[in-house]
Amino acid sequence: MNPIYASRRRNDIIIRTLCVGAALFGVTWLALILFTLFYNGLSGINLAVFTQDTPPPGSTEGGLRNAIIGSIIMTVIGVGIGAPLGLFAGTYLAEYGKHDRLTSVIRFINDILLSAPSIIIGLFIYGAIVVPMGGFSAFAGCLALAVIVIPVVVRTTEDMLGLVPNPLREAASALGLPRSLVIRRIAYRAARSGLITGVLLATARVAGETAPLLFTALSNQFFSLNLTKTMANLPVTINNFVQSPYVHWKQLAWSGALLITLTVLALNIGARLLGAERTSK
Amino acid sequence: MAVESDVMEAAGPYDRARALSAFKLGDITFYWITRACAISVLLILGGIIISLVVGAWPAIREYGLAFLWTQRWAPSADPPVLGALGPIYGTLITSVIAMMIAIPVGLGIAVFLTEICPLWLRRPIGLAIELLAGIPSIIYGMWGFFVLGPFLANTFQPFMISVFDGVPVLGTIFAGPPSYLSLFNASLILAIMVLPFITSISVDVFKTVPPVLKEAAYGVGCTTWEVVRNVVIPYTRVGVIGGVMLALGRALGETMAVTFIIGNSFKIQSSIFAPGTTISAAIASEFAESDGLHQSGLILLGLLLFVLTFFVLAAARLMLLRLEKKAGN
Repeated sequence: MNPIYASRRRNDIIIRTLCVGAALFGVTWLALILFTLFYNGLSGINLAVFTQDTPPPGSTEGGLRNAIIGSIIMTVIGVGIGAPLGLFAGTYLAEYGKHDRLTSVIRFINDILLSAPSIIIGLFIYGAIVVPMGGFSAFAGCLALAVIVIPVVVRTTEDMLGLVPNPLREAASALGLPRSLVIRRIAYRAARSGLITGVLLATARVAGETAPLLFTALSNQFFSLNLTKTMANLPVTINNFVQSPYVHWKQLAWSGALLITLTVLALNIGARLLGAERTSK
Repeated sequence: MAVESDVMEAAGPYDRARALSAFKLGDITFYWITRACAISVLLILGGIIISLVVGAWPAIREYGLAFLWTQRWAPSADPPVLGALGPIYGTLITSVIAMMIAIPVGLGIAVFLTEICPLWLRRPIGLAIELLAGIPSIIYGMWGFFVLGPFLANTFQPFMISVFDGVPVLGTIFAGPPSYLSLFNASLILAIMVLPFITSISVDVFKTVPPVLKEAAYGVGCTTWEVVRNVVIPYTRVGVIGGVMLALGRALGETMAVTFIIGNSFKIQSSIFAPGTTISAAIASEFAESDGLHQSGLILLGLLLFVLTFFVLAAARLMLLRLEKKAGN
């Protein structure tokens, strides 16, 4: 065979092999991490994890009930504040201000906030809420999570409303429907699964967030529903327990890590399935 | 469509006028609500900047620009001596090494997914890579601390140290002793974490290449590698660089995973197997116990990080916008 052909073929085979190797490399990490989580976490999962509160140091009893409930409360409130705000902001960008200068500025800033380090959000809320209010509080944690949720929802809302075909809007307007109803009753309805996808992705993003909670909601060792005080939450509890010398705390940390990862991955997969259903229609 | 039909059915002349004015009011209210929410995005950015500058102000006044090149970090000295050189060095070094690993691997996976992979495998592998981005940061930290750190310290690190022992320059970069907590371990974890960003953006921009171009190249007998190198990459270069910058922005600010495995040492050491710290790791590990000037110094570190990531991310977005415009034409 011509030597040029041979070397071209050889290069091609080498590169193809490297690409396959790269894909294996990526998938292997996911498998390894999941394996470690199941290996260390599964044996510790029992009823007590869900029914008992976090134990004092050295104890061999106790679970994660307060941390799980605290995490759920803060995630729900954070998404509850951030999602509507993001939804409306995204609506403005996609429906009202499409050719506005303001829109391109907001879109640009929003994309930057989307990737801004979450610890900076924590510092922001610390300076803006925790210091003036005179102490750590679960509410500050909720706000920190909301600030992370907003850009995610803005982005997906704008993208999804952009996919709604214009003739739908035109038809509705031709029937005499005012603009706000065209958006709420027609565009939202047509983009519904996409909008839900965005909220699910945002929830997945904040459910495991640790850094912004470290100095906003802090954490504690008991069951509390008071939003103005510190509140136990899963990520910070894991962070504190896993670095401790106590065997049972470590075990709880691994179990909590497994729970949180499975929740986040389930949310991610759910969001993607919903999104895929939409595109295949 | 059952829209407001109940209102319309009951509409006599008066009711109709009322309904119309209610529509108008609703219209205006909705418009202003959405506009206010959109503007609140700008307010959040403004709030972040103001709150960081206010918090950092005592430290800015005390240390001035020298903060940037002072290496000593002694918050308990009287008065506290604070310098950002260690964390800045650690942040840049870990991000650079992470990108050196993640760029070739991420692009390799993107090429695999778009050119090589059989169709039925594309979805599952793409999903697996994207799920890597979904795993919470703290999980990477735990895993790096308990699994990856010990593994690297017992295998990869001694190997590299013995190979480069005595070689000038490289010998000091890969100097011993092996350590569970090191800049290199943090870099590797960061590389895994940003991999999905590079891959998914690359896959997206690779899809913007007009099939005709690729078909023409294959038609004249190009191999897959030649098509990728001479058609796909040149066509999508700006977008790929944008994706890489986006990943860099993530790597610079990543916190929990790095905090677990970098060792939190403010001393700058030439070896990448030595412990170090990053800006975000320093904040995460010290902020809760800090007060006064120490706390202000940490907020100033945060401000530096924000400015750094802001410019990297802004550059990334501008590049991606340029490619979008090109694809739009």
